[in-house]
Amino acid sequence: MRYVYLTLFFVVVLALSILGFRGSLSTRSPLEVFDDMDHQDKYKAQASSKFFADGRADRTRIPGTVAFGRRSDAADATFLKADSARFEGKDAKGAWVVGFPSAITVDAKFMERGQDRFTIYCAPCHGAIGDGNGITKQYGMGATPTFHDVRLRTMTEGEIFNTITHGKGNMLSYADKLPADDRWAVIAYVRALQRAAHSTAADVPPGHKSELGIK
Amino acid sequence: MSKLFPKSANKLPLQIIILVFIVGSLVAAGTTYYATNSYTNVGYAPVQPVPFSHALHAGQLGIDCRYCHVGVDKSAVSSVPAAQTCMNCHNQVKPDSPLLQVVRDSYASGDPVPWVKIHQAPDYVYFNHSVHIARGVSCVECHGKVNEMDVVSQDKPLSMGFCLDCHREPEKFVRDPKLVTNLDWKHPGGAAGQLEDGKKFVHDWNINPPKSCSGCHR
Repeated sequence: MRYVYLTLFFVVVLALSILGFRGSLSTRSPLEVFDDMDHQDKYKAQASSKFFADGRADRTRIPGTVAFGRRSDAADATFLKADSARFEGKDAKGAWVVGFPSAITVDAKFMERGQDRFTIYCAPCHGAIGDGNGITKQYGMGATPTFHDVRLRTMTEGEIFNTITHGKGNMLSYADKLPADDRWAVIAYVRALQRAAHSTAADVPPGHKSELGIK
Repeated sequence: MSKLFPKSANKLPLQIIILVFIVGSLVAAGTTYYATNSYTNVGYAPVQPVPFSHALHAGQLGIDCRYCHVGVDKSAVSSVPAAQTCMNCHNQVKPDSPLLQVVRDSYASGDPVPWVKIHQAPDYVYFNHSVHIARGVSCVECHGKVNEMDVVSQDKPLSMGFCLDCHREPEKFVRDPKLVTNLDWKHPGGAAGQLEDGKKFVHDWNINPPKSCSGCHR
């Protein structure tokens, strides 16, 4: 009987030494103990495909594709992105929009959205206060312009919109990260940053002047 | 009558019972330990085509998760970024690095970088990232501290039991949605503070995570 237990002990030691412990790093793909229906014959986002020549399940948009499923009898400003001010930053004559398109309401919630999106997508290079001193500068990013010079303070909203949409110079397009309305929200926040950087004592609400030590 | 069995045979039934019990326990313990996701999946760290370091980009530089994983707060899938996202900086930062050749090729040709997927839900699970992000479930709850990983590995088992732990007691995990991508954040009030705020969030936002099968298996 002693030998039975001894054998059992060695079997356990052998199993432990071969299988190891939980959580140890491995480059091998996970073991699948019961893999029933784990992998089904269907495509998931960003997956690969053996059917298509380029090997991907996601298909690129066919040129000339038109948005489907909108009601043609109801007024819909987003239909086919017909509102050029909102989706291109240009008015009917093709000039840059000054101020915000009529479809956009700038309120506190909108500004908060702008701050949120600005912090994620713009601040790494442009800096949290828009002075062009983002973290990437320390890693070899070229000169990023400050928002606080005359050129960018006087630039029309439409042209800023166009810059975010299509990029400019070394900056690539951010249209894939910021949908049109988010771009306007970012612009609203940039305007707030510019105003804050050039504020005077007169801009401080009377109730808060004492906190800053001004009369 | 001669003795068919020696006297020691009297102990045999008890010895068999004990042995069966021990072997049974070992098999049960071994199966629990080895045949579950905590062993089979946790620690999976495949070799990626580009040695991208999350510890550098998300940790040291402090770039928000959503800078690259754009889809995470609006769709079911937390999308892997296109090569253009890399090129936003790497057209100027380390533009000639041989390690980034795959990215530059991808940017030029439009063919995707062949990243290896790590966190894999079975095909019969319909997980939606955006709803979790919108209700204050941080990335860190399922992906671990990616901001400290040079090579990303799976940190949590992502088994059904793991999902249900949170679906049954969301108040232990939910936080202000503004803090979801802050992977180092812990409730300043400790476990008691988390529970108190968590209960408030669960009530205020009407969080009612599905615990029925059809919640995730459709």
